[in-house]
Amino acid sequence: MALALNDITDAVDAALSGSRRELAKLLTSIENGAEPEFEKEAWTLGVTGPPGVGKSTLIGRLIETWVARGERVAVLAVDPSSPLSGGSLLADRIRMPQADSGDSVFVRSLASGKFPGGLIPQIGIMCKALSACGWTRVIIETVGSGQSEIRVVAFAERILLVDGPDRGDIIQAEKAGILEIADSIAINKSDLPGSENAAKAVQSSLDFGKGDSREVHLVSAMNNHGIEDLITEIEELEPNSRRANLRNRERLAVSWESLIFSNSEIESVLKKMGDGSLTVNDAIRHMVSSIDLGGTGDGRN
Amino acid sequence: MRVVVAKPGLDGHDRGAKVVSRALRDGGHDVIYTGLRKSPDEIVRIVSDEDAQVLGLSTLSGAHGSLIPIICNGLRESGLDDVIVFAGGIIPQRDRSSLFNSGVRAIFGPGTPTSSLLKFLDEAAARQSSGEPIGVGMDSGWHWP
Repeated sequence: MALALNDITDAVDAALSGSRRELAKLLTSIENGAEPEFEKEAWTLGVTGPPGVGKSTLIGRLIETWVARGERVAVLAVDPSSPLSGGSLLADRIRMPQADSGDSVFVRSLASGKFPGGLIPQIGIMCKALSACGWTRVIIETVGSGQSEIRVVAFAERILLVDGPDRGDIIQAEKAGILEIADSIAINKSDLPGSENAAKAVQSSLDFGKGDSREVHLVSAMNNHGIEDLITEIEELEPNSRRANLRNRERLAVSWESLIFSNSEIESVLKKMGDGSLTVNDAIRHMVSSIDLGGTGDGRN
Repeated sequence: MRVVVAKPGLDGHDRGAKVVSRALRDGGHDVIYTGLRKSPDEIVRIVSDEDAQVLGLSTLSGAHGSLIPIICNGLRESGLDDVIVFAGGIIPQRDRSSLFNSGVRAIFGPGTPTSSLLKFLDEAAARQSSGEPIGVGMDSGWHWP
């Protein structure tokens, strides 16, 4: 449902003129497949972690602190779609009272299931659109409970992993590879028993890695403890080539997957595989030959 | 459709809003629930930023007569004329016609089967796509049922 080229150019111009309403509409167009191009990269932070560890509450604090420092903060909050109905309940705003606080905050909820092969090429373009419209900090929030969510945060330039006390979920995170690509790690709910042990456990797991200098932050989003230090670290992150490489791997994998699942041949290929007339290798050859990257493919980042 | 479900004003009871949110999700809609105690300005901003097509307002405090028209006006002033607005909660029959006149297209009370909500949205979507003016900022003689 992509817009005609001059329509999308008009939509971009309207959003760039500073109209918040036009920006909201532009994000919908991008969500629906439009791929306007923007020159500048966005300042992006991916925030992920298991359900219930306080990601939204922590993001609320990040918003508060950044806005007080004069930044304009946008949040793309990604929630899963129901595999049964295709619908979604996007409720991250509830735990982010700061989200509705004024002109310096913009929150957009996104349902992950709307896109074949995941949300991907769109997220990167949305971040650039927000950045071009003057949003100086763009946060992508996802529930880190599976591979596809990790891939969403891989589109951010820096990644914060959040976990809670006593969950054991960090082990899952390690298995799924989130721990490896995270630049910053925070254990939230420092006011609860078990949080220090959780932080130590993660720290010792990091210390096994050679030359890994990452420090685990113990914070309480609810009580606003430790947030300033965490933000300072996030702001001062040095580029890390190993993690950048891992991120690019995820980006590549997910963009590839998205191309396959949005390919017009997919249904007929699946059918032929079903009746045995096409092997997996033949199917791959067939799909690769029919992939159209469209233009320079630059918008796919 | 993209639906914002909001709780305006000071009442702290959102079982109904949550049931509605869940039912709409199960009906295949994308639902953004705002949480409790939102001001009219906040609700208008959320509908705008989220680029929602539908707004559902739940109120049980008796303040529907003042809050809902303010929100409908706010939507119109922000250029959100095509948003479809429905309401629910404790809204007596005698108050309903003035809310319909404010631009609300359906009012649901306690005991409503959730399937009615989905039928309303289906019908509203069908009417809207056939060009009928049923948004909050448009003159429409129609309301559900």
